[in-house]
Amino acid sequence: MARPSGPPRESPLSVQAVPVTSGRAPEGLTAADRKRMLRVMLLSRALDERGMTLQRQGRIGFYVPVEGQEGAQVGCAVALDPKDWLCPGYRETAVALSRGIPLRQLLSQLYGDRADLCQGRQMPNHFAFREFRFVSASSPIGTQIPHAVGLALAARLKGEKVVSVAFFGDGATSSNDFHSGMNFAGVYRAPVIFFCQNNQWAISLPRSKQTRSETLAQKAEAYGFSGLQVDGNDVEAVYAAVKEARARAIAGGGPTLIEAVTYRMGPHTTSDDPRRYRSAEELALWKSRDPVERLKETLVREHALTEEEFDQFLEAARAEVAAAIQEVEPLPPPDPGTLFDDVFARRTPQLEEQRAAFLAELPGSGGRKE
Amino acid sequence: MTELTLIQGVNQALREAMKADPDVVLLGEDIGVNGGVFRATEGLLKEFGEDRVMDTPLNESGIVGTAVGMALYGLKPVAEIQFLDFIYPAFDQIVSELAKLRYRSGGQFPCHVVLRAPYGGGIKGGLYHSQSTEQLFASIPGLKVVVPSTPADAKGLLLSSIFDEDPVLFLEPKRIYRSLPGEVPDGDHRVPLGTARVAREGSDVSVFAYGAMVPVAQQACQGLDAQGIHAELIDLRSLVPLDEAALLRSVEKTGRAVIVHEAPRFCGYGAEIAALLAEKALYSLKAPVVRVTGYDTPFPYALEHLYLPSVDRVSRAIERTVRAA
Ligand SMILES: Cc1ncc(C[n+]2csc(CCOP(=O)(O)OP(=O)(O)O)c2C)c(N)n1
Ligand SMILES: [Mg+2]
Repeated sequence: MARPSGPPRESPLSVQAVPVTSGRAPEGLTAADRKRMLRVMLLSRALDERGMTLQRQGRIGFYVPVEGQEGAQVGCAVALDPKDWLCPGYRETAVALSRGIPLRQLLSQLYGDRADLCQGRQMPNHFAFREFRFVSASSPIGTQIPHAVGLALAARLKGEKVVSVAFFGDGATSSNDFHSGMNFAGVYRAPVIFFCQNNQWAISLPRSKQTRSETLAQKAEAYGFSGLQVDGNDVEAVYAAVKEARARAIAGGGPTLIEAVTYRMGPHTTSDDPRRYRSAEELALWKSRDPVERLKETLVREHALTEEEFDQFLEAARAEVAAAIQEVEPLPPPDPGTLFDDVFARRTPQLEEQRAAFLAELPGSGGRKE
Repeated sequence: MTELTLIQGVNQALREAMKADPDVVLLGEDIGVNGGVFRATEGLLKEFGEDRVMDTPLNESGIVGTAVGMALYGLKPVAEIQFLDFIYPAFDQIVSELAKLRYRSGGQFPCHVVLRAPYGGGIKGGLYHSQSTEQLFASIPGLKVVVPSTPADAKGLLLSSIFDEDPVLFLEPKRIYRSLPGEVPDGDHRVPLGTARVAREGSDVSVFAYGAMVPVAQQACQGLDAQGIHAELIDLRSLVPLDEAALLRSVEKTGRAVIVHEAPRFCGYGAEIAALLAEKALYSLKAPVVRVTGYDTPFPYALEHLYLPSVDRVSRAIERTVRAA
């Protein structure tokens, strides 16, 4: 019996090569397009800056930063059709911005206020926007993966030429539902894209301890479809990979697993201190691969962007976030009575009874019965 | 009207629903070519094709997760879980996703899936083909739980479940799949969810049962007529939402209550009914509420007949309640 050779790799950095960009801009992506993408990435980053501080100041309860993964998220989102279904996790804020979901609506969700489409029912960053086919995110890792398969099969049954995309992390590739979703998608050749952002960490667990597989992409092979690794900090490379996967899915060629190799530059969430488990050197190395800087440099090199213009974009993004915060922050929390709505399509007699008692007991109700 | 078995009632409901609405799709293990291990989906693959009657890989989380995705799109998926005992790999999808999507999205993403699952003992199925764990699901906000006990209700409740707006766990008493045929209305027969059925009127004691325990309780009640004990039998049919009004009405009339279920007693569904009666009908009660249930053990194999509430055990409990005061 052959024994596995050695312990799991300790550092994701020493061994895992980051694929390099082909160097040419993918077809159909003009300089103007890429500048728009850059602006969305900057908007996401500006929101991260404020989101982290708003939490520190106690103005919102929690925050999940995207920082470092904007290239992967925006590259992917822009390659999709607006009608494609998105099954996000909790870290897909730049995907949401890329879809054109108004900043105000994202902020209302972070605050859990009366204008929040989710009625303040979830922790920050667990977005849901039906109008944008941005499916409600939940906290349990991996559960959205089979949903994407169901959506893709439903769309195919109804003759709609769209794909669905499941977004998840490196950690999620160990979850039960990663297997469930990948296997079902392979069996039915579902028009779905599995978009894995390998950001090297699942809270404190490095990618090397998540699986002994050489790459995450190679897991697709076992399910009978193709998987590929792409430099997730190269927005253009991601765009090209997703475009290709989408075309294949629409043509009936089945699913694709894309492993976007990237890095979470911030903490896992506002509750996390990454200094406990990773080195400053590692962070510095990945900062040198910052997707925002890379896109900026490319555009500057092509004379499509100036430093001044970039600074203006950043200032504009910060101003946009500040203005949206000002607008949203005064909004009141959801009406207490809404606690009992949307459990079912209609309140059951039991919920009606509990609601009436709850409202009667609320401070200021004067003990009145509704 | 046609005389059908309970499983035929299920089959008819599925066929009616699929004929009426192209958005109704079925998925599950062995439901296509084989027509389901209990034959609930017999003939449906041939009639509706494999896009709408999908044989799935052996993975319950995949079945429920895929059904959730289909429902998010707007289809009306009906997933078969081969036995309730095998639903646990999908528990996360049910608890975390199916039951919560509407709520957590502020109503933006209703998620209407019907999960059909044969449940319960009496077929010599041992530990893993016999369990009644409805209480695990009845305690999850956002999920309806329905249990028919007659062929007509199997059809009527399933059709209502498929055209409901909320996720429904539809538990089928496999022990009486074939043993108790009954008249079933033809066509689009619906029985509203959330309504109990008075299976038998009586004045001395209220007996509450559901699923395969209804015929057991029925026999017990009939046997007591000779002794001058007139028991009223209420078939709950819908555990969530519960038809509280029907229960309270009955107990206000009889002043006594016996609850029958095959699931273990501790934290069983009967505890909820007993609590309800204590909260809202205490002053109507003339005797303590009595539960006749499975024991707080795993489901046995050789001793199954002693584990399950029998006609005799139910009769004795009713007598005891009536004689108590
Ligand atoms: C089923 C489950 N187990 C544990 C957790 C706690 N948890 C939240 S995020 C996380 C790590 C996820 O890592 P990854 O999939 O790589 O995504 P990332 O956070 O890096 O974007 C863990 C363990 C959870 N949310 N769900
Ligand atoms: Mg990760």
